[in-house]
Amino acid sequence: MKKKWIAFWNILLKDMRSYYLKPPNISWGIIFPIAWIGMFFIKTGRGVEDVFDLLPGVISISVLFGTTSMLAVTVTFEKKARSFERLLLAPVSLNFLMFAKTTGAIFFGAVNAAIPVIFSLFLVDLSNVSWGIIVPAVVLIAIASAFLGLFVAVTVSEVFEAQTFSNFLRFPMVFLCGLFFPIASLPFFLRPLSYVFPLTYGVDILRGAVSGKNIMPLGLDFLIIICFCLILFYASIKNINKKWIT
Amino acid sequence: MPEMISKDNNDGFLIDAVKLTKKFGDITALDEVSFFLNKREVFGFLGPNGAGKTTTINILTGLSRADSGRISVAGLDCTKNPKAAQHLIGIVPDESNLYPELTGFDNLCFCASLYGIRKEERKKRAAELLDLFGLKQAGGRKFAGYSKGMKRKLTIAAGIIHHPQILFLDEPTTGIDVASARQIRQLISELPEKGTTIFLTTHYIEEAERLCDRIAFIVNGKIVRTDTVENLLQPVKGKQIMLLSVQGAAGKASAVLADAFPDFNFQYVSTDQIRIEAGTDIHLAPFVRLLDEHGIELNEAKRQVPTLEDIFVNVTGIEAKILRKESDKKRGQA
Repeated sequence: MKKKWIAFWNILLKDMRSYYLKPPNISWGIIFPIAWIGMFFIKTGRGVEDVFDLLPGVISISVLFGTTSMLAVTVTFEKKARSFERLLLAPVSLNFLMFAKTTGAIFFGAVNAAIPVIFSLFLVDLSNVSWGIIVPAVVLIAIASAFLGLFVAVTVSEVFEAQTFSNFLRFPMVFLCGLFFPIASLPFFLRPLSYVFPLTYGVDILRGAVSGKNIMPLGLDFLIIICFCLILFYASIKNINKKWIT
Repeated sequence: MPEMISKDNNDGFLIDAVKLTKKFGDITALDEVSFFLNKREVFGFLGPNGAGKTTTINILTGLSRADSGRISVAGLDCTKNPKAAQHLIGIVPDESNLYPELTGFDNLCFCASLYGIRKEERKKRAAELLDLFGLKQAGGRKFAGYSKGMKRKLTIAAGIIHHPQILFLDEPTTGIDVASARQIRQLISELPEKGTTIFLTTHYIEEAERLCDRIAFIVNGKIVRTDTVENLLQPVKGKQIMLLSVQGAAGKASAVLADAFPDFNFQYVSTDQIRIEAGTDIHLAPFVRLLDEHGIELNEAKRQVPTLEDIFVNVTGIEAKILRKESDKKRGQA
């Protein structure tokens, strides 16, 4: 039991050192949310009172992009360089290995979420925000995004394909999850699509926690994201078994 | 049918692979391959590219699944659960696949951690192995900056960091300089004394002959012969071989010599070359005189010691030079 946790901790540490704590990624984690905040302000032309409307969206996007970008690329890169075989050959179950491999990305995503929150603290009073809901929601969005990144990584074989496929999923998700346009105002044929993305439910929870403007019961949102996490994780494991252990 | 020789005994027996079959689409990569490994032996798997060597390693280590057949490692049934014996196995793949961004020392420590080895122990073991493989000075440098020989040595060190019972070595000396290859062979030859059983695949017949206790020849996914090196060499023991170069007259020379020396075996190699095989000493002078009488100029005569290469050619029908070409090609790509 202890042995597999030694493996887990060291995979996590190696990934943090090799990928997530590199200066370009740290600066990406800071610049990306700032860019989104700036963009929203310019778009709306309004003042700091908009922070409550913006915060759920910026948190979600920061987590989604930070997590999926890193994981999809690093796993594909390691697979290509065959160093991933070392993990597959370790005497640890595949589920546990993938859990170890995604934990770094989940942590990175959650830290990314903190950046817009820290900036907002300087602009508005966040004392009415339900942090007890925000924290688990951010973790869940990060888990769902990391598993989405893993799913992308095991579906493609080249690093550039990982980027392309990630964007193919991320951009529709960003535009259809209710961040830019309320789901109710989307064309009727696009509305069902909004509900097949985990981000929609994550944004809804964060809206509820920040301004009480959620459109679905929060418990249902949590439940649906958990289901997404399980489906993405097991689809990825199935894909690894099918494609990488031939 | 693959040839089997009897297992030493149940105590010494470590891997048992029975009728492993693997297909990739219409291509049969392995066709009912069976073999076993005794404890502390070096077992060689010799064959050309695409013969099924790496596929066999992948199946035995759990990176691939056989379509049919049975595998047991150290008494553990790995047919359905390849993870069952992974803690007993070390693997050195045909490409050095450590982490380029980590130092040599950190790479070894990380690999040890995957087997649950504690921090102090893995640091001690990593330092030991760096010393053993002559990489002490380079331990603090990033793997990406290592030469091919150094990369290979560190990859082998990573393969044995957890004291595996069985070490799979896939082409360990391909693509590296002579000095490093020699050092690696020396290190491999010392491992069985320390309790490690080795499964070695190689293109180099001489390497297999020097290192292995037993060898299996695999061609087109089938094992065509398995035996101890001593038994394999038995047919050529005491044999004498000589190569004669006669410019463009090998046919005529071979006919003349065969008539005069019926006890010797003359083989036409090319228009310029004849191969002479005999069970007794071959003296050159009578050949020179006879060829001279027939107006055939002898350019060169070379004695050869019969090796495993001759057996390989005989058993597989594959020219050893084809294997060497593949090795050279691989070396060029590495």
